[in-house]
This record gives sequence, structure tokens and C-alpha cells, in this order.
Amino acid sequence: MEKCRIVMSGSGGQGVITASVILAEAAVIFEGLIAVQSQAYGPEARGGAARSDVIISDSEIHFPKVTQPNVLVCLTQTAYNKFFPIIRPGGLLLTDTRYVTTERKVDAKQIELPMYNQVMEKIGNPVVLNICMLGALISLRNIVKPESILKILEERLPANSIQMNRNALELGISLGENLK
Amino acid sequence: MAIKDYLRERFFPHMWCPGCGHGTVLNCMLRAIENLALEKNDIVMVSGIGCSARISGYVDFHTLHTIHGRALAFATGVKMSRPDLNLIVPMGDGDALAIGGNHFIHAARRNIDITAIIMNNRIYGMTGGQFSPLTGYGKLATTAPYTNIDHAFDTVSLAIAAGASFVARTTTYHARQMTDIIQKAIQHKGFSVVEVLTQCPTYFGRKNKEGSAAEMMENYKNITTPIGSKKSQENPELIERGIFVEKEMPEYCSEYKKIIQKAVKGK
Amino acid sequence: MKNQIKFVQGNEACVEAALYAGLDFFAGYPITPSTEIAEHMAVRLPQIGGRFLQMEDEIASLCAIIGASLTGNKVMTATSGPGFSLMQEALGYAIMTEIPCVIVNVQRGGPSTGLPTHASQGDINQARWGTHGDHAIIALTASNHQDLFDITVEAFNLAETYRTPVILMLDEITGHMRERLHIPKPGKIPIVSRLKTSVKQGVDYHPYLPREDGRLPMSDFGGIHRYNVTGLFHDMWGFPTDNPQIVHGLLRHLLDKIGNNVHLIAKYKEYYLEDATTILVSYGSSARSALHLVNNRRNRGERLGLLELQTLWPFPYGIVREKCANARHVLVVEMNMGQILREVKIAVEDPEKVFLANRIDGMFITPTDIRNILRLIQGKGV
Repeated sequence: MEKCRIVMSGSGGQGVITASVILAEAAVIFEGLIAVQSQAYGPEARGGAARSDVIISDSEIHFPKVTQPNVLVCLTQTAYNKFFPIIRPGGLLLTDTRYVTTERKVDAKQIELPMYNQVMEKIGNPVVLNICMLGALISLRNIVKPESILKILEERLPANSIQMNRNALELGISLGENLK
Repeated sequence: MAIKDYLRERFFPHMWCPGCGHGTVLNCMLRAIENLALEKNDIVMVSGIGCSARISGYVDFHTLHTIHGRALAFATGVKMSRPDLNLIVPMGDGDALAIGGNHFIHAARRNIDITAIIMNNRIYGMTGGQFSPLTGYGKLATTAPYTNIDHAFDTVSLAIAAGASFVARTTTYHARQMTDIIQKAIQHKGFSVVEVLTQCPTYFGRKNKEGSAAEMMENYKNITTPIGSKKSQENPELIERGIFVEKEMPEYCSEYKKIIQKAVKGK
Repeated sequence: MKNQIKFVQGNEACVEAALYAGLDFFAGYPITPSTEIAEHMAVRLPQIGGRFLQMEDEIASLCAIIGASLTGNKVMTATSGPGFSLMQEALGYAIMTEIPCVIVNVQRGGPSTGLPTHASQGDINQARWGTHGDHAIIALTASNHQDLFDITVEAFNLAETYRTPVILMLDEITGHMRERLHIPKPGKIPIVSRLKTSVKQGVDYHPYLPREDGRLPMSDFGGIHRYNVTGLFHDMWGFPTDNPQIVHGLLRHLLDKIGNNVHLIAKYKEYYLEDATTILVSYGSSARSALHLVNNRRNRGERLGLLELQTLWPFPYGIVREKCANARHVLVVEMNMGQILREVKIAVEDPEKVFLANRIDGMFITPTDIRNILRLIQGKGV
């Protein structure tokens, strides 16, 4: 596989860092891939702009930071404004229609999905927005299989919240599928 | 066991000045240990730096002579890993309450089963007579040549406020009481604090014109009184001695044992 | 298989390795970016009957583990720059009293509170010279989680072998980054246990009289031998002395037991050194960027190599001299003002060929940063 360089951004509390760790962990534990994840720490991680870098590859990764992502996810306007210029030409830029108004300024495949609205409508709990986003992402780019993510969710989450997360993941996948 | 058997006699005569009260503390402490018939192998003495800290060199226990102020932190590590051992920590007033003040209040707060003996001679003796946090307002020291403007801690109140479950005060004049109190302090399960007023005729006494060692000891008789005595009510200036606090509270090592049980079960 | 593969932060990898090495006792105080070590210890240690203590500060933390080590435990504490500064006096005590312990410093930017959440390698010299008086020290580091696991186990092994504190120098990047960790089966990595005395009860035990091989068998505090431990210069029974001959002998012993064994202690990794005309010397997280660049340039035929140091102290002068002998340029890559650069310059025959690629702004040094310096050195312009 080609090296996949991902930056997930949003505001602290949206779960972008958790989502990025789940994705990378699924790749490592269940798909035998190499992955590294790192994030910006500090006060901004508790409410400001959160950013997590993930690299997934089938060969060793040494430099762990992403300078030019080929997948960029922005879940807030602030994050979008800050990070859209770093996207690799031809990359995938995924945003949420409720939080982000995009400008067609970059050479990238820009995908805007009503993830938040759909999560609220179909599931009714914003806490799983990050998992819905993961679903959309893996349907748009075959990074890991949905089962791998599900297995990580089952390991990490209390039993009573697994179904809701599974629904969110499937919702995201279907949002992505509809675009194909 | 005879008291001599607790000593490392080859290191005598000791290094303390003539008239120093620390020898009396050593004596009373050993008598308390003898009364309790403790095994030498079951006692760990941890000390810091200062005249008082040298007490650990003279006793035939497991002895850990550490760095200034931190004896209680070292003792906490020993006790947590071997809760069956008796931990005795003799400290000077500067060692315990200036540089070691933070460790003192936190050991008290945890209520870890350690016996802390604070040998209060109101001065830094080893370095030659500088004022300590127990010297007191208006006194003289080499670093308070124009009189001391620092107010003293009340060790007993401090220990009680920090949560020690056994708190007592005595003096080198009241040797029998000291033996009795140290004995109870060692037996007590929890953090026990014994403040001993002990004379430093060389520095505190000379600087403050308190006379000879004998006169300083006599003074302890005159300025102290048993807790709640009639004299104490008549004259609040007198320093009370005796056991102020002796209560049962969850002890730290026992509590951690429960944590281990919880963690092992939840694994 | 699955349970042996984890996707974790370096701090957690360090915890798992410490447990693998037989850790019994941890005391610490929260400080970024090392806190995850304490958090994982609080969960993991009681599960195996070990002890976790949160102390009132870093001084108390190191003192507590030294006390625990004396009773026969394997012990560790973890901190970052400000806490490491506070530990220096007790570190000297552990050196002087020869009590095994492992101290982790997950470096942040300094001096002072500095940059708590950013990358730096500014404490390398502090690890060497932080505590007062002449002394020897062992300090190790690693650049990825698998190596970090091995090196952490090695830290415990060296602490036991040489009866000395060992410092593990991580940094914000290696501590916080998540990557794959394979936990080896028990027994896969050799573990050095505490060397205990065989002297019987009632027979005179000399706690500070080294055996012929230089090792010093211990007797647990609370055990059958009662002895004295002091930070003062001491005789073979552990009692204070200022006898010049004994003082000199003890100090020489403390220096030589490490200084004479550099060849046994030193660990490093090398990449493409055989024909390299330019050699990068790096360690810790910086070595990741260096290796990234080396792999990249090798693909284009450039004769670049990397010497990655895992043992920082005692500094492996001989190894550096030998490996760099044929290089035209040596470029030390680190996130400080040249703390290892100085040692490399001492090590090589021609210090003029040694250069520095660094970053001191809290940002992780990138392969591009190194490349830019390299072009300058090679006279190609930026």
C-alpha cells in the first residue's frame, strides 16, 4: 500500500484524536500494517483546535509527523482555516457541512458530508460523530476494513455503547458509499 | 536483651557535645525498644542530616543515614515495601520542619506507620548555631544576630493539623515519660509524632544565655506541665507535655493492601 | 499473538518494559510529558502485587524508591526537566550508596518550566553532570517503541549489574507518540536479578566490599544482616569515614565500575556506515528524522549513513571514533545546542569535520531541517 498520511482536526472534545488512534490501532493490530500516531499537546487539546497526525504504511515509518497530508479531515471552521493549505495536491479533504463552509482553494478532492446532521437525526447523540467520520473515511479511502475498526471499538468501549458506535460507523460508511 | 546489645559500641564515645540532650533521647528510645522486646532485625532507623541524624550510626538496627530533610520519604519507601518492619525516624527540628517540612506533613496526612521523633533543640547545631523554624521570635542565633524575627511552628499543632494519628511532646528532663511515650508511639499503628525538647547548650544555650545543660534541663521542668493540668489552666504560657492525640485511623500500608486486592480482582 | 502486539504511547511501552524487567515499586509525581507513565503504573503495579506511590514531589519520589530498592525491590521513578532538577541530590545519594534504581526523564523544552508539551533533548548534560561531585552515570535512550522496550529492560539490568542509578532519557516525541509494540514472551530478553549476598547470618557481612569481579552483593534491609547506609564517604561496613585512602578508593571504585566497562555498556545501531562519506550521529526521537533522511538519500545514491547512539553516558568515545574515522563530514542531529556534538568532537580525530543540525524552538526536527544543513556543509547551498 502507498503511505497514507492523515491529519484529523477539529475542536477538543469532538473525538478526532480518539478516532485517529482507533484507526491507527485497527491498522496495526488487525491488518498487520505499520502506523504511527502523534498529536499536538497542550492547552489547545482541551477545547481549542485539536490535531492528530497518523501515518499508515506497509513499511517502516521513521519521521512520525505529517507535513503534507493526503487525507485531511476538518471538523471545525477554525481547523479548516488553519489546515486546508497543507493538503497534498490531489488529496482528500473531508469536512462536515454543519461546522465548515469550504472555499475551493486547493487542488484536492473536497468532500463535504452532513455527518453531524445525520448522526443527530439517525442516532441522536453527537458523541459518535467521530466514529461516523471514521466510517465515511474508510469508505472513501480503503485504509482499513470496517471489521477491524469494530473490533477495536469492542475492545475499548463498555458493552452498552458498542451498538451506538456500530450504527455510527455504518452510517458514515453509507454516507461515503452514496458518493461513489 | 540488655540495652547495650542495641548499641554499636565501637563508635563510642559519641560525637555529641558534652551536655547535649540527644544522648538522653537515644537512651530513652532504646529503653522503649527494650520494653517492647523488639528484634533488632525488625527495626529500620532512617535519619537525615544534622546532629540528631547521627543517632542512627550508634544503634545496631538496619540504619539508613540519608540526605537533609528527606528521611521520611526514604522511610516511606522502606515501609511500603516491607510493612512488617518497624520504622523509626529521628529528626532534628530543622531537618523535620524546614527542609523536610513538606515530607513531614505528607507522611502525617497518609498516616503511614512510621514513628517520627523530632529532637527539638531550636537550632542548627551541626552547622554552628543558625536559627531553625523552632528557634522562636526574639531569640539569637548566628544568622539572627539582631534577634530572630521568624515565628516558630508549634510542632504538636502542626502534626495534628496534618493528620498524624499519634502526637505527643516531652523533654529530656522527663526521661521516664519520654520512654513511655516513645514506647506507645512505636506501638501505635499509624503516623506517630513525638516532639522532644532537647537542650543544645553549645549553641542555643550559649547564644541565648540559658546557662549550663543542667540549667536548661531544669528549665524544661519549669516551663512545661502535663496536658490539661491545673497549672496549665492558671498559666497558659506553660508548654504542655504528654500525649495530645492517639486515635485509630486507616493506616496507609493496610489501605494499599486493599488496593492490591481490588486491582488483582479487576484484572 | 494479538495480546502481545499493542499500539501504545512510548510512555506506556516504558511501563510494560519495566514490568517485564521485574519492577516491583514505582513512586512519582505528575509532570508533563511523563505523566502517562505514572498513570499506567497506578493501574498495572497493584495488579501484580507491586506498589505505586504518588509522592508529594519529585525529591520524595526518588528518595522513596531508593528506600524500597534497599529492601530488595526493583524500582523506578519518572519525571521531566523540572522534576529531574529536583532529583539531583537524591541521584547523587543513590550513586554514592550504590543502590540500583531507574529514573526516566521524558524531556521537555527548558530551562525552567520551558515548553512542557514540546520536543527537546536539552537535559543530556544534566543527566551526566547534574548531581554534584565527581561521579559516573549510565544514561540510555531509544528512538522507537520496540527499542525503547529493550533499552528499558537493559536499564534495569545495568542498574542491577553495576549497582547504580540508570537514567532513561526519553523525550516528548518518543513518550507521547503511539506506534506498534510487540511484547516479547517472558524469558526472551534476559533479566538480571539482584545479586544477593551468600554470607550466612552471624558471619560478618561487608556491604561495601566489592567482590573480585567488582560486583557488590546486597543484603535486603530488614533481612539477616544489619548494616549502615550513608551518603557520606564510608568504609566497607558502610560507616562514615574521612580516611583519605578509603575516600580515594571509594571514589575510584564508583568511577571505574562504569568507566572501565564502557565496551560492555555501550549500545548503538548503525545504518549504511560501511561506505558512508557523511555520517549522521543522532539519538532518541531525532534519530527518527535522521534515519528518514538517510533512507531517502540512499535511494538516490547519496553515501549517507547513521550512527544511532542508545548509550549516551558513559559516552562511547571509542565507538564514535572508529565509526566516523573515514567520513568526510559528521553531522550531529539533536534538539539542543550541541550537548552530544561536544562529545563527538572530542571523540573524532578531526573535530573540524563535525557539524550540528539542531532545533531549539520546541518543534520536532524534520528531515528537511537536516537536509538543509547537510547541503550547507557539502557546499551546495540551501
